[in-house]
Amino acid sequence: MNFIYDLHRTMMSQKLILVYDGDFTQETTKSILAMAERNLDSSGEDSGIKRKVFNVMVEALQNIVKHSSEQGTQAGSLVSRSAIFMISKDDKRYCVLTGNPILKGKAVLLTSNLNELNSKDKDGLKEMYKEIIKNTQISEKGGAGLGFVDMARKSGEKLEFTFSDMDAEYDFFCLKVNISREKE
Amino acid sequence: MEILNLKGTEDTPTILLDKKNGIFEISGRSLPEDSAEFYTPVIEWINAYASDPNSSTEFAIKLEYFNTASSKLILDVLSALEEVKGIKVFWYFHDDDEDMEEAGQEFSELVEIPFEFKTY
Repeated sequence: MNFIYDLHRTMMSQKLILVYDGDFTQETTKSILAMAERNLDSSGEDSGIKRKVFNVMVEALQNIVKHSSEQGTQAGSLVSRSAIFMISKDDKRYCVLTGNPILKGKAVLLTSNLNELNSKDKDGLKEMYKEIIKNTQISEKGGAGLGFVDMARKSGEKLEFTFSDMDAEYDFFCLKVNISREKE
Repeated sequence: MEILNLKGTEDTPTILLDKKNGIFEISGRSLPEDSAEFYTPVIEWINAYASDPNSSTEFAIKLEYFNTASSKLILDVLSALEEVKGIKVFWYFHDDDEDMEEAGQEFSELVEIPFEFKTY
């Protein structure tokens, strides 16, 4: 049972204040948000930073919920619906961290979208947001295509991401969104 | 006209649209699972109201938080309001919430409606 202590130590060393691994639905999203919110409230965090963290959490969680419906074709396999959501906190920043399976075909497009986002400054992101909101239609999955743009705007830093090889069909998409605790 | 009265929950806003008493308000949090479905009755109500509105309409939007899927639907609500003669939108934001203030400014640039900004 060494893994229990190992996992605990990992959480401590990575300064993780919340970890959820499993199936993601709107109901789990609400529970996770409520838990994280209580944590932020009890730590007496600045309300502006609290709002930004909450904002990024919602978009990150709803991204997972929407895209987990794409999986499940291989019920019972590791690639089914399982995803991971974490928040870390140190003196300087909060990080919202997510990981979920994504079809390899989609990884290419996602990479170019995220690289484009990361090439923009504050005003560039604002223009992009306005352009998308004017022209977008809500997708079948309920998304407006604005989640990553909004996360980048609220974060004010580059979105960090990697893809790990899972199998022939899927990659595991890892995302890290930083929210500074130092006031501007 | 019938009153549209939706009680807020942890992921949907409170909505009160009352022609007779001249109360038009969206407040609270908006992060529903299906934002298009949630806002459909609101937009339908406004479309019906636009055909026979009060002489002036003060529409208050007092959201503490909304997700990006809701932001698209809020723009749809505002676009529907463009058809209401005598419309004015009051955009409320918490006095230290710059992001909510900026969001209101962005919406005001996307529609042809007078906006007034208020803090709470």
